[in-house]
Amino acid sequence: MDAASIAMRANFRRADVITMINKANAGHIGGSLSSLDIISVLYDRVMNIDPKMLKDPNRDRFLLSKGHSVEGYLVVLADKGFFPKEELREFSQAGSHLIGHPNNKVPGIEMCTGALGHGLSIGVGMALAAKRLNRTYRTFVLLGDGELAEGSVWEAAMAGANYRLDNLFAIIDRNGLQISGDTEDVMALENLAEKWTAFGWNVTEVDGHDVQAMMDYFSSRKAENKPHCLICKTIKCKGLPAGENKKEWHHKVPNEQQVKEALEALGVKEVDWL
Amino acid sequence: MKTEAVRMAFTAALLEAAKNDETIFAVTTDSRGSVTLGDFAKQLPQQFVEIGIAEQNAIGVSAGLANAGLRPFVCGPASFYSLRSAEQIKVDVAYSNMNVKIMAVSGGVSYGALGTSHHATQDIALMRAIPGIEVYLPADGAQMRAMLKYFVKSNKPAYVRMGRGAVPEVYKDEAPFVSGKANCLREGKDIALIACGEMVYHCLQAAELLVEQGVEASVIDMHTLSPIDKDAIIKAAKTGLVITVEEHCIHGGLGSAVASILAEECPTAMCILGLPDEDIYNGASADVFEYYGLNGSGIAKKVLEVLKK
Repeated sequence: MDAASIAMRANFRRADVITMINKANAGHIGGSLSSLDIISVLYDRVMNIDPKMLKDPNRDRFLLSKGHSVEGYLVVLADKGFFPKEELREFSQAGSHLIGHPNNKVPGIEMCTGALGHGLSIGVGMALAAKRLNRTYRTFVLLGDGELAEGSVWEAAMAGANYRLDNLFAIIDRNGLQISGDTEDVMALENLAEKWTAFGWNVTEVDGHDVQAMMDYFSSRKAENKPHCLICKTIKCKGLPAGENKKEWHHKVPNEQQVKEALEALGVKEVDWL
Repeated sequence: MKTEAVRMAFTAALLEAAKNDETIFAVTTDSRGSVTLGDFAKQLPQQFVEIGIAEQNAIGVSAGLANAGLRPFVCGPASFYSLRSAEQIKVDVAYSNMNVKIMAVSGGVSYGALGTSHHATQDIALMRAIPGIEVYLPADGAQMRAMLKYFVKSNKPAYVRMGRGAVPEVYKDEAPFVSGKANCLREGKDIALIACGEMVYHCLQAAELLVEQGVEASVIDMHTLSPIDKDAIIKAAKTGLVITVEEHCIHGGLGSAVASILAEECPTAMCILGLPDEDIYNGASADVFEYYGLNGSGIAKKVLEVLKK
């Protein structure tokens, strides 16, 4: 799939996310929309995974460490055929496995994540297993920037470098906002690239909405005995005009009018699973 | 009296099992010395993972290894694993249903005079409250070896608490072990002593002392704390008096588990012996047991007091 097609699909998925959160009257819309292009690039282009590979030991692994951004992830999984798209109607409904954080009872989801600071450790274990077992799969862990205040992230960062896990990617959704406000006001992260470099990672910064740039990054990565860190500069709530780059939209629910405006802006008439 | 450190029985058996099964991994946190994993690290370096002093990371990494089909045994002090990494155990292991065995050594007060920071006297309560993880306290080395045969085949997450020092043997040769089925080691009509871990031995000692006083005590080894053997508890209640003995805070451990079953199924007089809700007395574990009456003579004395009431 080329960059334009992926960008177009990501737009449709934004419409899915916005609609799903409106219908469920719940969800973390800001981070779901900031990370949607990243997850789309991974699933549409980069990762060796499809619904027939769920038990394939050599499938690529993806972990949504910032598990609250689950809506975008579920939409991508449904779109890729891991479960019927109609099931998105059940999001956050009683008895459903499609809940507010990834649950590995859902086909395609490897682990239950979302208690922040856990994902990279699990990713280190997956990547280390691949090294020890001589498997070629790669592991991709998507972290939030606010999440990086969790000390366990840095325990994992240290271990990833210690074991020279060049089959491991830590991807940071650097939207700059967390629930209380600007990350630099809540708990300053900068200079973030220097921090990861100092921890022994190969660090690259990219526009997290530039599909082509992210595709180029992943296709040009070489194994250099170091794990990879991709800091993706993103806009929180990207695609919902009422919410872009506003901290209040960490988990606000769009009303009917806001949904209508967003879908118009995205060029989507209506979603196909309602 | 033959004694053996349960952690050493565990690591010796793990090494032998891992030589025949390359999916068995040992993960540790700068604890290869205290766990006694040095031989494993030297002989099977490809199956050994050093994480450094980072227990949260060790549990997460182990969950990732398990996701890839490996069978990690993550080993280190019970005090740090049960509390510092409790959330990783809950989410990455139990909730995600990853086949990780948490082998927690130096549990209870076995670090003795190192103090409360290094004691693990809340771990049964914590682990029993997490759905999806089994909880075990082996009584001696032979039982640990029997348990390990089960652990290398089972795909279920487990938390296993061992002590540090050598403990007297309870089982002479092969220990009978079925997960979730308590072992009745002695039958008596007057009272039932239910214990776990090292306290099983002390209860057997107490039962011997009680014979001299004309009291016949049953002794039950409740090696599996979760899922607990309800039938064995109900059967024990037929004596009319149940006393539980544990190297754990009296809140939330074996005693609480037994009490809740008795209260629901067959209300029975009972007494919970363990570590009180207070700043714990300092000393070697034997000193602590002596101070709180958690040895043969102390338990026997308590039984006689309760029987007089």
